[in-house]
Amino acid sequence: MSFFPDEMPRPEPDRDDQGFWEACAQRRLCFQACGACGALRHPPRPICYRCHSVETKWVEAPSPAVVYTFCVVHHPNHPAVASRVPYVVGVVEFPSLPGVRLVTNITDIAHSAVRIGMPVSIWWDDIGGGMFVPRFRPAAPSDA
Amino acid sequence: MSVARQEPCIVGVGQSEFTRWGGIQDRSQFQITAEAICAALRDAGLSASDVDGFASFSNDANEGPLMQVALGVPVIRWSSMVWGGGGGGSIAALAQACAAVEAGHANVVVVYRGLCQGQGRRFGRFSTGRTQGNFVNPFGLFAPPQMLALLVRRFMHLYPITEEHLSEVVLNARANANRNPRAVMYARTLSREQYFQARWIAEPLRLYDCCLETDGACAVVVTTRERANDLSAQAVDILAVAHGSGPDWGTGPLGSHNMPDDDYASTNSKRFTRDLFARAGVSPREIDVAQIYDHFSGLTLMALEDYGFCGRGESGDFISRGRIRWPDGELPLNTSGGQLSEAYVHGMNLLIEGVRQLRGESTSQVPNARTCLVTGGLGVSPTSGTILGRRQ
Ligand SMILES: [Zn+2]
Repeated sequence: MSFFPDEMPRPEPDRDDQGFWEACAQRRLCFQACGACGALRHPPRPICYRCHSVETKWVEAPSPAVVYTFCVVHHPNHPAVASRVPYVVGVVEFPSLPGVRLVTNITDIAHSAVRIGMPVSIWWDDIGGGMFVPRFRPAAPSDA
Repeated sequence: MSVARQEPCIVGVGQSEFTRWGGIQDRSQFQITAEAICAALRDAGLSASDVDGFASFSNDANEGPLMQVALGVPVIRWSSMVWGGGGGGSIAALAQACAAVEAGHANVVVVYRGLCQGQGRRFGRFSTGRTQGNFVNPFGLFAPPQMLALLVRRFMHLYPITEEHLSEVVLNARANANRNPRAVMYARTLSREQYFQARWIAEPLRLYDCCLETDGACAVVVTTRERANDLSAQAVDILAVAHGSGPDWGTGPLGSHNMPDDDYASTNSKRFTRDLFARAGVSPREIDVAQIYDHFSGLTLMALEDYGFCGRGESGDFISRGRIRWPDGELPLNTSGGQLSEAYVHGMNLLIEGVRQLRGESTSQVPNARTCLVTGGLGVSPTSGTILGRRQ
């Protein structure tokens, strides 16, 4: 069972972001970086904002991440989430990867207990068809 | 001075009726937009044959080339659309009109927006084709209330901003709407208790922290001071207008939230606000009344900071003790009821209210108002703002 029902919109990889989703399919969270100067960027895009190189590489994100901000969604504005509300959408960042943040979900915690700055660990949600989506839950003390 | 005679001013405003979304069913969105433009031209004492430019924003479906045909405008010399969704471009479209008339590309430019959420899509719902949809949709981040709740949460984490402060923005707007017969919420009062008892949309935003979803259209007519002097309509001067964006906001709140850290809990306006006031020749303290975009209450607070009315994190304290309340506050805010309680026409109704204030025609009139700040949408890219004035 995935976190959201099957009717949930799925990633539809395009030319610019397919590398991100290919890594996800292997349960690896990788951010795009410039192949020439190494500058990190997200979301994926075809040219480096710093040196304009079009060479790219992928950098795997370490765990745990840290909650940068979050909201608790109560009003279902898509039919797929009607049975799932309330749920937490979080923005997480990785202290060793400056400049990139990821929109995700914070799960396995009462929504009133989520805090900005809390460490969270990745888990891979199997949404079928060979695709996995990264979500996060509170980090076990041994992870943090 | 010949230069001054080319300075831009607003000589006419027009609008359709405002209703809840789906309230306008007897006429198309295009028709009510055309009617709003005709009303603005009548207000200015001009006719369609005087118009030689159109400017709009937010991918307005009521395209200028079609409007030219519909209204029988013989020659167009200026036709422009500001990039970006939402209301961020409302005042940027005004800026295009100003640029056109100041430089002499055109002489009478109509800025307009028609938006019937009952005929197109509701902006509070999931939509396909969203920029960076892959990085928000699979996580249930579907629509602006949730997307901007993320900024408001961080804003309230970093600074002493409370739910009470959010409620003051909301209750002020409703009190103003209750004096404005045009407002969708004219006849519906809102108490502090009702505000706090309302359901959550996306914490920390409750139902009344989110703007209305409505049907309506607005238009304003921009020309030069020289032309305005030949018209009987009361002209309002555009003292300064600006728009722009900082880095990484184009994929920001409505996308993957990778804006700079020192900029995250903000409206993406602070890079041009200092210039805006400098060019207008006034300071924030000299603003008599303000119409600040209020799609979500927390962003209106951030804008008070980004426009320099108070320091970073001080907006909650700033609005306490009645400062934004009509008639006695130092800075009456959103005097038509704004987008929380009048209508949501992507900010164009705020611009019309700014003109009403300087003409002395508001239902919450600030006595002898001489300067009014009007902003476009906040927290998107680009954002925009103007300072309107009454010089004589
Ligand atoms: Zn590079």
